[in-house]
Amino acid sequence: MQYHKPENFEDAVAIAAQAQGLTRFLAGGTDVLVQLRADIAVPDTLVDVKGIGGVKDITRESDGGWRIGIAVSGAEMTEHPDLGRDWPGVVEATDLIGSTQIQGRATMTGNLCNGSPAADAVPAMVAVGMSVSVTGPDGTRRVPVEEIPAGPGRTSLAKGEMISALHIPPRGAAGGDAYLRFIPRTEMDIAVVGCAVNLRLDGDTVAEARVALGAVAPTVLLVADAADALVGTTLDDKALDALAEAASAACKPIDDKRGTVKFRTHVAGVLARRAAKIAYDRARSTRT
Amino acid sequence: MALDSLKSEGFKQVGTRPDRPDGFDKVTGRAKFGADATAPGMLHAAIVRSPHAHARITRIDTSKAEALTGVKGVVTRADFATGLKGENWNILENVMAGDTALYDGHAVAAVAATSPLIARDAAKLIEVEYEILPHVTDVDEAMAEGAPVIREGAADKSVPPGLHPNVVRYHESGHGDVDKGFAEADLVIEDHFRTEATHQGYIEPHACLATLGGDGKGELWCCTQGHWNVQKICSALLGLETSQLRVTASEIGGGFGGKTTVFIEPVALALSRKTNKPVKLVMSRSEVFRATGPTSSTSMDVKIGMKKDGTITAAQGVFRLQGGAFPGAPCEFTAMCAFAPYALKNVHQVGYDVIANRPKQAAYRAPGSPMAAFAVESVIDELCGQLGLDPIETRLKNASKRGTKASFGPTFDQIGLVETLEAAKAHPHYSAPLKPGQGRGISCGFWFNHGGETAVSLALSEDGTAQLAVGTPDIGGSRASMALMAAEELGIPYENIRVTIADTATLGYNEVSHGSRVTYASGLATIEAARDAVKKLCARAAAKWGIPEDAVKWENGCAVPSGPNAGDFDPLPIDQITKRMGATGGPIVGHFEATPEGAGVSFATHIVDAEVDPETGKTSVVRYTVVQDAGKAIHPTYVEGQFQGGAAQGIGWALNEEYIYGEDGRLQNAVFLDYRIPVASDLPMIDTVIVEVPNPGHPYGVRGVGETSICPPLAAIANAVSAAAGVRLHELPMSPPRILTALEKQRDG
Repeated sequence: MQYHKPENFEDAVAIAAQAQGLTRFLAGGTDVLVQLRADIAVPDTLVDVKGIGGVKDITRESDGGWRIGIAVSGAEMTEHPDLGRDWPGVVEATDLIGSTQIQGRATMTGNLCNGSPAADAVPAMVAVGMSVSVTGPDGTRRVPVEEIPAGPGRTSLAKGEMISALHIPPRGAAGGDAYLRFIPRTEMDIAVVGCAVNLRLDGDTVAEARVALGAVAPTVLLVADAADALVGTTLDDKALDALAEAASAACKPIDDKRGTVKFRTHVAGVLARRAAKIAYDRARSTRT
Repeated sequence: MALDSLKSEGFKQVGTRPDRPDGFDKVTGRAKFGADATAPGMLHAAIVRSPHAHARITRIDTSKAEALTGVKGVVTRADFATGLKGENWNILENVMAGDTALYDGHAVAAVAATSPLIARDAAKLIEVEYEILPHVTDVDEAMAEGAPVIREGAADKSVPPGLHPNVVRYHESGHGDVDKGFAEADLVIEDHFRTEATHQGYIEPHACLATLGGDGKGELWCCTQGHWNVQKICSALLGLETSQLRVTASEIGGGFGGKTTVFIEPVALALSRKTNKPVKLVMSRSEVFRATGPTSSTSMDVKIGMKKDGTITAAQGVFRLQGGAFPGAPCEFTAMCAFAPYALKNVHQVGYDVIANRPKQAAYRAPGSPMAAFAVESVIDELCGQLGLDPIETRLKNASKRGTKASFGPTFDQIGLVETLEAAKAHPHYSAPLKPGQGRGISCGFWFNHGGETAVSLALSEDGTAQLAVGTPDIGGSRASMALMAAEELGIPYENIRVTIADTATLGYNEVSHGSRVTYASGLATIEAARDAVKKLCARAAAKWGIPEDAVKWENGCAVPSGPNAGDFDPLPIDQITKRMGATGGPIVGHFEATPEGAGVSFATHIVDAEVDPETGKTSVVRYTVVQDAGKAIHPTYVEGQFQGGAAQGIGWALNEEYIYGEDGRLQNAVFLDYRIPVASDLPMIDTVIVEVPNPGHPYGVRGVGETSICPPLAAIANAVSAAAGVRLHELPMSPPRILTALEKQRDG
């Protein structure tokens, strides 16, 4: 195994582009190192990204959006004085992964690139409309988060490409986001179903909404029908019923050791309802 | 056994809560656990395991592994003793497969190399060819007609004719006429229950360091609940003389019964013998799940008849236990414990021990009893509900007492079930209001407790302090209890006692730390050894004073004349005697060896409040109270710890823990991420009430407390969940999908 610690993205992608066999980028290592030790994925080339400038930075952009470095941990996002006020759902979704020790290491970028359908941060990222900078031998391009996962354990990134930054749009006025997951325990578990809701209000009426589901399909789902069920409503029972129905209808889950098709499909609707209420309350509380 | 004297009051140290003697080592990291041992020139080992549930091993080719640089030796079944019989054969077959792999994870070969990584790589180079055989992992399927036969001739003589060869042992007991009893009942309920296998879940994986030479002399350091047992079994499996293998027990990071046998120790010894080097072997967590003993899975039918006033008229149960690919599932314990809390005129119980393609079950805290309580106490709860009876009053009405002929045969001596029920009834928890969506459950539980072979030695030092050597690994704070009992008898401070878990070369045979026996049996032996030392101390004082030995007694750490006629001498403190012991007759050592048989049985009553989310089926345990008879609590903090630990493990077993097998017979959740043991935030504060109804078989009245605490939780939680959800749950774990399905079935009528 070859270990590299480049100091800029150009060198990092050059190493990855020339590497033979399996390549992994190492940030927090909470998936890469675990998979290595368990013989699930033993890389031939390991590119440690923590030596690259800016990867630990959380920066507010001039338009009010946020740029998150690729090695920023969930705990660091929680500790940030302003990020969680804008995007509580994104921060919570990232910082509920694993134990306290894991939360000090694990990153949103890693959660996305690991390619797990059950990744907690990913539905939250999709719901709020995040995008990523993808840097490769031919330069850097912007890609919406939902276009990165390609299936369990797979991403759409080409050989030699890596994510070099995460971008959260400006929060704007009267908006709220929330993420909920179902686990049979209280923590230290993996999502059986995950649901993120992001919405913006005009008065008491939902003006815009995005709903994303995790762990109910091979990749994260952005459910337009579920969002449509909310827009134009004041989140009355009828809207919530339509939301739950649309969320459940979008599910294409599997039966496995963590949950059944039936259970996941049902609980997706329950979580959508609950997450929408939280997002709605958050949006209303920031309105004034 | 006859006891010199029974002490029930006036304790000066027993009943206090000093810091545990091993506490400093544990919190500073100085304590040495199984994997902490090293030796010069040590090799590291790895085990090759079957990926198949059931397969004939047609070829093992070790040549590529042996050619790898750093590899020093490979062993297979050919490197172990032949001609073994009975349980020794079972254990060897489990430790290293013969011609057939019997479960996913079954060891088939092992390799020793100069580093753990080389050993792991070498294990991958060992080529094993399998011919896959049909498999079965479910208990009911394993005993049904047409099920694949795990092994012909595995059944013993207890099994009636006509049963499937996978039924390997059979138990039947009871008394009275159950048909007549059911006819007298106003309501009879019969129901079917199932529980899945759960693992003891100790945090420390099995680990050992073995040295064995061509001269047949060996040293073994390992994490175990009983090193004399390890010595005995390993000697048999390696063909050694027992006394030539010295075994030392490490500190232990949990056992709960799962470390009462051997898995890797004989393999490490065989590799050491082959390579002539010390060999260290440490299991991964996945190996622990796949290849060490979980508890049995069960399928049970229970039928109970009750009168309108709550009197139980008859009870019967059929308990089918699946215990992996070898005989040993504790079906007799399940059957015998099932109805033990109740004084019944008519009772009948049957147990089946069934083998299947799963790892060999091992003891898990009150083996077999928690499942029985789940089935029986659920039916009692249902009867109380339908007849409008209070669950505690009904249990009090039927409770076993001194003089009751137990459901499993003997007549109870002094026991404390009624006292635990009365204490539960009086506890504020029982009358506290419940919130909407919450339900309350009650259950009783029973465990036999055990005595067993025990040897203890207590050597006094010249400064009047004492070194106590016991042979029972400390799995629950027992060193603190031993030091308290020795200090009580000697009349010296607790801190002046150093308690050591001695190795097999130091003491006579000590049975494993199991059966909740340590504080009872090693405690009894400690008290008797201290009394033996006191007798010798008194004799030295008598010689000094020139008076008869029986004219001297021991008080507050001093020899004193036994009465005015004995003479007028100043008290002689212990250190004044010990500093001159070399010149007055030599070292003073008290010792005691026996097989005490007066372990008093123990009962508990648990109260649980659970809240069920009807939309997701998720259960939260919101309040929990354990009431248990400890006989006499030597160190109450560790008694409470045992109460809480049993409840915590029971919560996991009841709600989320389970062995999940795929269609291919392979274990799907061999990691803690997916084997859902409760984490700290899943548990409420577990309240405890210590009831003390002395055990007449112990000098201070001690009853074992370690196991009874896990007997009631499954049922108490099931009763609480059923009350909260409004539907009876019959199968463990009561996972969210299972609860939602039950709710849906109820809605659909």
